[in-house]
Amino acid sequence: MGRGLAILNWSLIGFWIMAIISVCSAVLMIANKNPVRSALFLVLGFMMQALLYLSMSAQFIAAVQIIVYAGAIMVLFLFVIMLLNIGSPEALKERGGLQAPAAVVLAIVFLLLLAGVGALGGSQINHLMNPSVIPNYGTVDAIGKTIFDPSKPWLFPFEATSILLLIGVVGAITLAKRRL
Amino acid sequence: MIIPQHLGPIDMVAVIPYIAIICVLAFVLLLVPGLVWIERVVMALMQDRLGPNRVGPRGLLQSIADGVKLFFKEDILPANVDKMVYYLAPILVIVPALAAGAAIPFSIVKIRLDSGAVEPIPMVVGNVNVGILFILALTSLQVYGIVLAGWASNNKYSLIGGLRSSAQVISYELAMSLAILCGVFICHSLNLVDIVNHQGGYWFGFIPKWNVFQFYGLGAVATIIYLIAMTAETNRAPFDLPEAESELVAGFHTEYSSMKFAIFFMGEYASMLVVSGIATALWFGGWQPLFPFLAFIPGWIWFIGKLMTFIMIYIWVRTTLPRLRYDALMSLGWKKLLPIALVVLFLVALVDTLQTPSQPVGSHIAQGHLAASMVIGESQR
Repeated sequence: MGRGLAILNWSLIGFWIMAIISVCSAVLMIANKNPVRSALFLVLGFMMQALLYLSMSAQFIAAVQIIVYAGAIMVLFLFVIMLLNIGSPEALKERGGLQAPAAVVLAIVFLLLLAGVGALGGSQINHLMNPSVIPNYGTVDAIGKTIFDPSKPWLFPFEATSILLLIGVVGAITLAKRRL
Repeated sequence: MIIPQHLGPIDMVAVIPYIAIICVLAFVLLLVPGLVWIERVVMALMQDRLGPNRVGPRGLLQSIADGVKLFFKEDILPANVDKMVYYLAPILVIVPALAAGAAIPFSIVKIRLDSGAVEPIPMVVGNVNVGILFILALTSLQVYGIVLAGWASNNKYSLIGGLRSSAQVISYELAMSLAILCGVFICHSLNLVDIVNHQGGYWFGFIPKWNVFQFYGLGAVATIIYLIAMTAETNRAPFDLPEAESELVAGFHTEYSSMKFAIFFMGEYASMLVVSGIATALWFGGWQPLFPFLAFIPGWIWFIGKLMTFIMIYIWVRTTLPRLRYDALMSLGWKKLLPIALVVLFLVALVDTLQTPSQPVGSHIAQGHLAASMVIGESQR
């Protein structure tokens, strides 16, 4: 098999399918006029991200991605969309302004950054994407051992994030229920 | 029975996932008419009625007749519906239910490898490392089907049914996740095959080491919480508020007719089978036999027997308990089940820590922490 064909293996084909669906759903999410359909395309995007994680053998992150984003947050979004009855397209007419030009500029900056990362760090990224580097890569076992390893610096950020989430919960309850 | 690894040109170890796919799909899809028949007959028995007795012997063909009738009925599309979402909703109900069955191990086969060693291979479609999270992820997607069906139908009653359902499902998901976490703590694994294997063996030679009997009764409390939450998750009586006929006509599927209605119906029964399968694998030892002298009965018979017991409990509860009022349903979920589940989880973690010999970085402790923080993250929606 020639060199050109060698990179065209099944995992790469899978990656491109998922990547194209993912980008398309992201674009459709913005372009769609109907908020419920937008939410559904966002869910599709989340699912594709989960599949991409899975293709890098990060099973735990993939499952959490679906549970937290697709299963929890987006259900709440849909709930709000339906309760406020903004399901009709007319409710979401946006005025012009700086939003569109700013978005174009930011998109160009982002694409340049991506290209820069691809040009500079291609070899390192290939190295990172090889799941056989660490045994049990991406399993709950490996993630837990890495996070809670005292010799690694991840424990403090992890616990700090937990406290941040706790503050969020307490804040939500305080805001929602003024008289407890 | 020990199967050799190579039956002719077929490698049995490689073929098992495919056999498992066929088994799961056939079991779920073919059993649904049977389940409907069982439900109607048992309900009739309990309510002192005759039940189905016209079509076929003892009414056995009644469900098939109903299926044929639904298939040939006119497919009505209500006016001004969002067509894409309207057609998508029934699919979103049944696909997650069937997919979640992929991670449930339902039996074990002994295979003699070419090297001569006998290896027990679990019968499961995907032996996923995060099996229980995979199932939680898929069951959490099921609410979309119901919510979207309610919204897309362009009908007030459907919308209220869909909203009720989503509120109910995300409320009881918390108690369910916490109860499942207790099981994960007991077994030190998220993999359902490991969880079932952990439940092999007996105390005093006759009490099975199932999770429901583990940890001085804490396992039993967690099991009861799970069983209540799973009834609410599948929108079954007494938690069938989303389709309360006295208030909402037929709830979220009022506007669905013909095969689309049938798919909602099948989705409900498929998810009943799946959550019962999880209950079997997580709390009642999966394919592990009840007593050691009954070990000659194959594992899949044990699994199906336990699963059908839960289906009977579903029917029994449906005929016994009246439907809850909506505020009672919410207060049961948030004010009773959730605090109890949190306390049980704390006690299970405490007992687990005391039982485990100390080690610097315990993998299962780390696992528990991670899973617990995940649930906390989820609860803050």
